[in-house]
Amino acid sequence: MLPALVMYAVFVLRPLVLTLQYSLYDWNGIGVARWVGLDNYLTVFTDSDLLKIIGNAVVLIVFFSFIPVALGLLVASMVRRITTGAFGTVVRTILFLPQVIPLVAAGIAWSWLLSSNGLVNQVLRAVGLGGVTRAWLGDFDTALPAVGVIGAWVLLGLCTILLVTGMSKIDPGLYEAARLDGAGPVREFFAVTLPSLRQEIGVCLTVTIIAALASFDIVYISTSGGPGLQTTVPGLEIYRLAFSQRQVGLASALAVVLMLLVLACVLPIQRLTRGEKP
Amino acid sequence: MAELLTKFPRRRTVLLASLLAVGMTATACSAPGEDRSSTQQSDAAVKTELGSDPITLEMYAETGFPLAKALADEFSKQHSNVTFTIREDQFTVIVENAPRVIASDNAPDIIRLPTMVDLVKDDLLKNLDPYFTAYGWDKFPASQLMQLRVGDNTRGTGSLYGMGLGYSVTGVFYNKKLATQIGMTQPPATVADFEQLLAKAKTSGIQPIMQFNKNTAGINFPHQALQNQFGDPTQVADWIFQKPGATFDTPAALKATQTIQKWAQAGYFPKDANALDYAGMVGEFQKGNGLFMFNGDWESANLDKAMPGNVGFFLFPTESPGGKHVAMSAPNTFGVSAKAKNPDAAAYFLNWVHTNAKAREISVTVGGSSPGGPSDLPVPAAAPNTVLAETLKASQQLGAENGAVDFTANATGGIFAAAITPELQKLVAGQQTPEGYVKAVQAEYAKELSR
Repeated sequence: MLPALVMYAVFVLRPLVLTLQYSLYDWNGIGVARWVGLDNYLTVFTDSDLLKIIGNAVVLIVFFSFIPVALGLLVASMVRRITTGAFGTVVRTILFLPQVIPLVAAGIAWSWLLSSNGLVNQVLRAVGLGGVTRAWLGDFDTALPAVGVIGAWVLLGLCTILLVTGMSKIDPGLYEAARLDGAGPVREFFAVTLPSLRQEIGVCLTVTIIAALASFDIVYISTSGGPGLQTTVPGLEIYRLAFSQRQVGLASALAVVLMLLVLACVLPIQRLTRGEKP
Repeated sequence: MAELLTKFPRRRTVLLASLLAVGMTATACSAPGEDRSSTQQSDAAVKTELGSDPITLEMYAETGFPLAKALADEFSKQHSNVTFTIREDQFTVIVENAPRVIASDNAPDIIRLPTMVDLVKDDLLKNLDPYFTAYGWDKFPASQLMQLRVGDNTRGTGSLYGMGLGYSVTGVFYNKKLATQIGMTQPPATVADFEQLLAKAKTSGIQPIMQFNKNTAGINFPHQALQNQFGDPTQVADWIFQKPGATFDTPAALKATQTIQKWAQAGYFPKDANALDYAGMVGEFQKGNGLFMFNGDWESANLDKAMPGNVGFFLFPTESPGGKHVAMSAPNTFGVSAKAKNPDAAAYFLNWVHTNAKAREISVTVGGSSPGGPSDLPVPAAAPNTVLAETLKASQQLGAENGAVDFTANATGGIFAAAITPELQKLVAGQQTPEGYVKAVQAEYAKELSR
């Protein structure tokens, strides 16, 4: 208990407290800091660039969280019946694979796929859609969705596996009862599967929303936040402010705001999904 | 995991909150950071003798640029009592780490410097003026070391805080085979000539300029090349050196931005420039995809290897015929930490790099750049018919015309990442106007200087 508490205090609590402290100063990381009170927070909430950056993270929630969970539910209900046996293992492995690949590698591979001569554009040209080809990660309109697609790809496997596991715990009797009542597959899904998976969906949403709001690796590798500020996310901006522009105070304030934003998104989900299983 | 997240007991939350509160009060008493301004450096006596005691010089250099290591190896060969410990990082990592590394107790003796003014302000760099006098560096052309001087929070005048391991020059590389195809027999003499070549390449189905604009704005190279020509280059230099009253919002910068916009609209830059990084650009140029590439002589040796005999170089042309060439040119800056354990040996090494015949040769063959140093020392020759020979010649020509300016990207620590890069990406994608561009860059500059 005590060693764990010490580690927690040194590596989690202390940095957290220091970040809170730094956020109240104007500091370049080396010289003497100047007390500025809440000025850094005022900047975070009034600077149009920083607000846009926070907005980008919110948009990413759709791609990192809603799409993987929705697709994950679809895929999971399709593969639910084949989760046993050798074939089931293969399916699960393939689905989980993106989760095992380092995010940096995923970012590099996807930036090749999405480049102007990459596989995505080659396929589009081959099927006669040459008109829509572009450098997906370098185009102002498509860069953020393109980054989102990478995140969706990475997180889909995680969601599917969690949901499949959850489904395997559902009492088969419930499905039998539903079928006896004349329910089709769709009705079965909404009446039995979805309510039984409330907690698993809660976990999926929690993990993926945090991944969206705190995203860094994929963005840093695939676009570095460009073009313009189209794909800059708070994680990337905190890093830049602190280490390249040496505005440790403002970076800390943005980090605190990001933490509060994560809590504001995640706590309601916890509350909604924590109830007893029906 | 669901259990862990959902059933976090309330009383533990209270405990956590109180722990945080205790931590806050414990740290809130003192402001972060330390005041170093009182620690005066003693500039009294400097030694210009290396002696024979064993010395270990700690060096912090840039990955991917083998020059520093090659020079260190040669130095150890000539002076057997000196060994080097070299730590290497990518340039962007050095940018982020330099202040903390130099401020730490085991600061390196010699370090690759990204920016200087901030470091001098925080008293982290050794003032090299005593060595300047002791070694007689006044025999170097004054313009060579100008960018390395800091005084009164501006660069360009004041005390010396760094030396160059080679002095780079930038300009335009061109693919000789493609140049012949469009009938280019000699480098363009004016900006208008250059634009004609761009148009000719475009109509011949050749990519006129291969330039990257991802991560960092490579299109700032042609932008500044134009800006240098469209106005008084000292205006540009004053802005970079943070002279009071200097502004980016000038007719020259605006005209340069308008030209870049025009080139972007005409398709002179790659369509995917905003998704193309530096390595990608060099790769495409080497594959023959592009007539011109704005870049610096650090790529010369590499290009000679990849496309031997097929690559040429010229300084960006002047606006009117016979005008003075101006080009971005910067030292590969190294400084000595204020906390260095062997500052005398470090300065001895820096002097040796500029004056030793073998070292100067290494600067040229490995670094691909002019070695600098006293004007009466000969510049080592590069192999004939190489682009390295051409960049060296251009470097000497620029020195003779006194046309070197620093990069606008170096004006402040954050200007490149926070303004130039995103705004240029917007400009070439049609999301920003030329007027908006110069105002945005100046606004960020003013913001940073006000801190």
